Amino acid sequence: MPTLSRMFDDFPSRMINATSRVVPMHRQIQGLKLLMSAKRTIFGSSRPMPEFAEKPIPDVNTLALEDIDVSNPFLYRQGQWRAYFKRLRDEAPVHYQKNSPFGPFWSVTRFEDIMFVDKSHDLFSAEPQIILGDPPEGLSVEMFIAMDPPKHDVQRSSVQGVVAPKNLKEMEGLIRSRTGEVLDSLPLDKPFNWVPVVSKELTGRMLASLLDFPYEERHKLVEWSDRMAGSASATGGEYADEEVMFNDAADMAWSFSRLWRDKEARHAAGEEPGFDLISLLQSNEDTKDLINRPMEFIGNLTLLIVGGNDTTRNSMSGGLVAMNEFPEEFKKLKAKPELIPNMVSEIIRWQTPLAYMRRVAKQDVELGGQTIKKGDRVVMWYASGNRDERKFENPDQFIIDRKDARNHMSFGYGVHRCMGNRLAELQLRILWEEILKRFDNIEVVEEPKRVQSNFVRGYSEVMVKLTPKGKEAG
Amino acid sequence: MGKIIFIEHDQTEHVAEFEAGSSVMQIAVDNAIPGIDGDCGGECACGTCHVIITNEWFSKTGTPGNEEEQMLSMTPERASTSRLGCQVVTTDEMDGMTVHLPEFQM
Repeated sequence: MPTLSRMFDDFPSRMINATSRVVPMHRQIQGLKLLMSAKRTIFGSSRPMPEFAEKPIPDVNTLALEDIDVSNPFLYRQGQWRAYFKRLRDEAPVHYQKNSPFGPFWSVTRFEDIMFVDKSHDLFSAEPQIILGDPPEGLSVEMFIAMDPPKHDVQRSSVQGVVAPKNLKEMEGLIRSRTGEVLDSLPLDKPFNWVPVVSKELTGRMLASLLDFPYEERHKLVEWSDRMAGSASATGGEYADEEVMFNDAADMAWSFSRLWRDKEARHAAGEEPGFDLISLLQSNEDTKDLINRPMEFIGNLTLLIVGGNDTTRNSMSGGLVAMNEFPEEFKKLKAKPELIPNMVSEIIRWQTPLAYMRRVAKQDVELGGQTIKKGDRVVMWYASGNRDERKFENPDQFIIDRKDARNHMSFGYGVHRCMGNRLAELQLRILWEEILKRFDNIEVVEEPKRVQSNFVRGYSEVMVKLTPKGKEAG
Repeated sequence: MGKIIFIEHDQTEHVAEFEAGSSVMQIAVDNAIPGIDGDCGGECACGTCHVIITNEWFSKTGTPGNEEEQMLSMTPERASTSRLGCQVVTTDEMDGMTVHLPEFQM
């Protein structure tokens, strides 16, 4: 029986890839959902979907080292993450947790060690996932962030043009006018939640443009992305319903295939290919048939929407939270707006919108006096590396003219370094330039609400009150 | 002590003095040459100190290692004499070397 059960494990991707020419992709995924649920009925689930109920997290100093579990998805929300990671950095910088809800894993928490792991793709594989837990069984999409060279290099280079600096120059005007539009529509007389109205709205519009996705349906991109990154089994997030995830995957497959076929037809009819993601994929020899490899097709589109969604959104919200915790810095910024580019790097360091990336050791590796065994999961905690006092002076302070702000790890290092880093910086720079033109103050009026996740360090609610320029009291 | 000439993509020229032993990235950063970021601080891990060495000087800079090759292959402005500035350690022989900067860093 176990062998038969294991056979099912690779089966989904192979089946979908083999039948993609004759069966529409979304139908295949619906079929897959039935297959996986049949498998669970017959064999039982090998990976039950965990559900997380929030409980107060104990003070880290009351715990034995081996009991420290930084995979707890409430660590960030409860403000305990700083103390937990500081203790690991000081006492167990390469730390083994053998019994987490996501299985055993190593945590690497110092800047220098994280840099080593991130650079050593020959020792540590990014496959098959870069998140700590597993996605719902059967939904293992393939994306280049979770591929090793050389396959990674081929796929990345085929899509990176969409966010390459040359393309960004073209986009700057568009980003600025949209940012202005959103900021001009904000209520001035009452507090409102900055997250959906500004952060989500601006990133959603950007994603729709990059994909040339129907503009009025752009909210779908945001919702899919939120649920993909917020899966309970993968990141301890709030979405625990596998049925919903399969339905999302089927919807995405349907929407993106339609987009692909539509582009193909327009191109065949003589229309010039655009500079959107799908046109780029279609004009590249290595990816022009990507639609025939659905798990890769969906995977790489998912990667782009997740990569451009939570990250920039939560840096847009996080910047405001930072400015309110460190009001002197906002004064400094108003006196010296030329600090904006450096401030953008400092926001990205301070917020670290994605807490980590995961690797798997390809062989036994000695690190920090520990032996990581071949096959072990290794989590590089960027959120901790960015607060490592061995690297950054007063790391918990938000300092907009910090000299080495650009050295932050939020984009990762090595071959998987964030491809959209320049676009993210551009969006944030423009947002703050446009904010300074319009407002004297943005006050956070309630404690922000943080999301449940061990991966996404983000906000669901940041209530703010605006003071328009020239109206400041006193 | 020697001089390196950095030429930006728009042809603006900057001359920087150096002591043999420091890297081309470090020299650029110390002299605030625009167009070189050096985000990873010289670890060959970010690709943001990409320079294009002029042909006649290229052989003096050695050959890129595997890691460097991997990072360079990710930049769209890759040229046959591309190097990462952090991996080019200067020698007295490089006095007068001219390097070009790409239009964008990764």
